[in-house]
Amino acid sequence: MFWRMIRGTLVRQWKKMLMIAFTIALGASLASAMLSVMLDVGDKVNQELKTYGANITVVPKSASVLSDLYEVEGGQTGAYLQEDELGKIKTIFWAFNIVDYAPFLDVNVTADDGTQIRCVGSWFNHHMELPTGEQLDAGITSLRSWWEIKSGAWLDEQTAGDSAQLCMVGSALAEKYGLTAGSTIHLTGEMSDQTLTVAGVFDAGGEEDDQIFAPLNTVQAFAGLDGKIDSIEVSALTTPDNELAERAAKDPGSLTVSQYETWYCTCYVSSICYQIQEVITDSVASAVRQVADSEGAILDKTKLLMALITILSLIGAALGICNLVTASVMERSSEIGLMKAIGAQNGIISGLVLTEIFITAIFGGLLGFAAGFGFAQIIGHTVFGSAITMKPMVIPIVAILVVLVTLAGSIPAIRMLLHLRPAEVLHGGH
Amino acid sequence: MSLLELKNVYKIYGELHALDNVSLKVEKGEWVSIMGPSGSGKSTMMNIIGCMDKPTKGEVLLDGVDISRESARNLTTIRRDKIGLIFQQFHLVNYLTALENVMLAQYYHSMPDEKEALEALDRVGLADRAGHLPSQLSGGEQQRVCVARALINYPEIILADEPTGNLDEANEEIVVDLFHKLHNEGTTLIVVTHDPEVAEVAQRTLVLRSGRLAKEIVNENFTGKIHFDESEGFRKEEVKAANGIQQPEAPQKSGKKKGGKK
Ligand SMILES: Nc1ncnc2c1ncn2[C@@H]1O[C@H](COP(=O)(O)OP(=O)(O)OP(=O)(O)O)[C@@H](O)[C@H]1O
Ligand SMILES: [Mg+2]
Repeated sequence: MFWRMIRGTLVRQWKKMLMIAFTIALGASLASAMLSVMLDVGDKVNQELKTYGANITVVPKSASVLSDLYEVEGGQTGAYLQEDELGKIKTIFWAFNIVDYAPFLDVNVTADDGTQIRCVGSWFNHHMELPTGEQLDAGITSLRSWWEIKSGAWLDEQTAGDSAQLCMVGSALAEKYGLTAGSTIHLTGEMSDQTLTVAGVFDAGGEEDDQIFAPLNTVQAFAGLDGKIDSIEVSALTTPDNELAERAAKDPGSLTVSQYETWYCTCYVSSICYQIQEVITDSVASAVRQVADSEGAILDKTKLLMALITILSLIGAALGICNLVTASVMERSSEIGLMKAIGAQNGIISGLVLTEIFITAIFGGLLGFAAGFGFAQIIGHTVFGSAITMKPMVIPIVAILVVLVTLAGSIPAIRMLLHLRPAEVLHGGH
Repeated sequence: MSLLELKNVYKIYGELHALDNVSLKVEKGEWVSIMGPSGSGKSTMMNIIGCMDKPTKGEVLLDGVDISRESARNLTTIRRDKIGLIFQQFHLVNYLTALENVMLAQYYHSMPDEKEALEALDRVGLADRAGHLPSQLSGGEQQRVCVARALINYPEIILADEPTGNLDEANEEIVVDLFHKLHNEGTTLIVVTHDPEVAEVAQRTLVLRSGRLAKEIVNENFTGKIHFDESEGFRKEEVKAANGIQQPEAPQKSGKKKGGKK
């Protein structure tokens, strides 16, 4: 009987129920899209921040000014740092806090099909023996530890030897040219052309997936830039900044002598940067973490915005449902009055109405969830440049939200239903 | 003890006394008609007796229980167990079949029982229409479904508020005959009507005027059958006079009788 009644209403009020389902679907799709983007992107960025080795970048002074002014990428400015100065970084006051660093040189090369490819020269696991007797393997093997190796392995400079002509290829590029470990690719640079053997394919989850990474000397040969590099990434252990460090970062000259000494001898990012600038000619060292931090802050704001959109859309959905359910109950007021008159208690009738709404809500919720999944992918690709993996956690959260929204939206209608007096609606006809 | 007793019942809406110090008794098995001009408080009284409304003042004893003091929840239970309701507008659920409409009352009372529901439809002569939706039934047939629904749970009292108001004479007679059957089976009947022909078949007719019990007419030659013969309708004139609507009665009646179907 119960289900017969429910079927009756669903069939008879299918338009209203469809509207309710649609309203819920809309809310649920936004909620699930926003939640999955929030959870997944949050994870991605957090992971990057954690494993992101470098917290200082060093670029030529002119490149720094230019990139500040025009926001162009460094490397195309014609200003370079000298490769032979790299060792000096391990001679600064805070040398022991420098745990890793690597030089970079970006050049454009042309593949055989005429496509321009960005080729980055760097250290992979460059072995250094320092004057102090300390030994260090520096390079992107550790600075890019979050790279996922899809095929092959990390390029090993120490065993490869200078003539090996190896490279590592980003996953997007590898897919485009069908490259796997062991395949070769012929590239033409400004000054020379070389055939490189792919040592490994990596997935960095960003623009690096479209690039080729090769040992520094290989890339220098492409462009005829022997001994030149265009940036250095340094990973240093630092003390969190305080007010003194901030003041010093702006202008070390503003400090008193004793303040200067305190600052210089504390491993603030700014003091390490300062010391690096002292040893690398015409360079500007700046803290990357600040960039990462502001990225984090923007991400937090974006997340907040998404949370707000979600909440607002859910409130909107609740209001919409509220309207529709109330209208549905009002339309049936004489029927509900009759049920009460022939002995139905409030609980049974509320149960009936709620069941109808929830059947509709489940339908709408599933629809919305599916739509939201698609929506999340679109956001992921357009905004963050990567696919969004749906966290299983999203399902129960969205389910709970749908239930809450549906309940909240039904409250006024249920209240009306409870206060509906059979005598009033049944004798309304005369 | 009377089955139903109203003691000094008032229902006051602001200034308006819809019921004004009404006292009456209805014995078990009695068939009572209630008449009165429009607005005299008939429906108000039926709602109070039917546990759908509470009096402003006074006591309403149903089976010895004062229903003017009960909670809404208990009133629903009392209504479910003791009262069968018949309405002028039938109030059938329009997406349920005749049978299902009867079963709905069983469902809220205890358990739907298809066999019993079919028997009830058979009693009102609609066994062959069990699977029809209300929209597929005539007004008279719908009212008979409503009667079947009212009697399905063996109520102590059947309350009918203008049950024949939307029916033509043929259907009116069928419904009155059904009342007669129910009366013979011992069911207590309280029927509100504007129609003297329907009123006069009862054992007793109570006349309300402006919320007060104005008159009580006892039918000495009670048969429970409707008389259409005007010549022996001496009581009818009396009832009409009591109703206070001597002249408008005729057109109003014929107007209503046009609408056999909604
Ligand atoms: N909820 C209410 N609020 C205010 N006044 C009401 C309410 N219900 C009924 N009344 C008034 O109480 C009086 C009696 O109404 P009631 O419905 O009992 O009349 P009735 O005898 O059934 O009339 P009719 O023959 O037209 O059905 C009327 O004047 C009506 O306007
Ligand atoms: Mg009335």
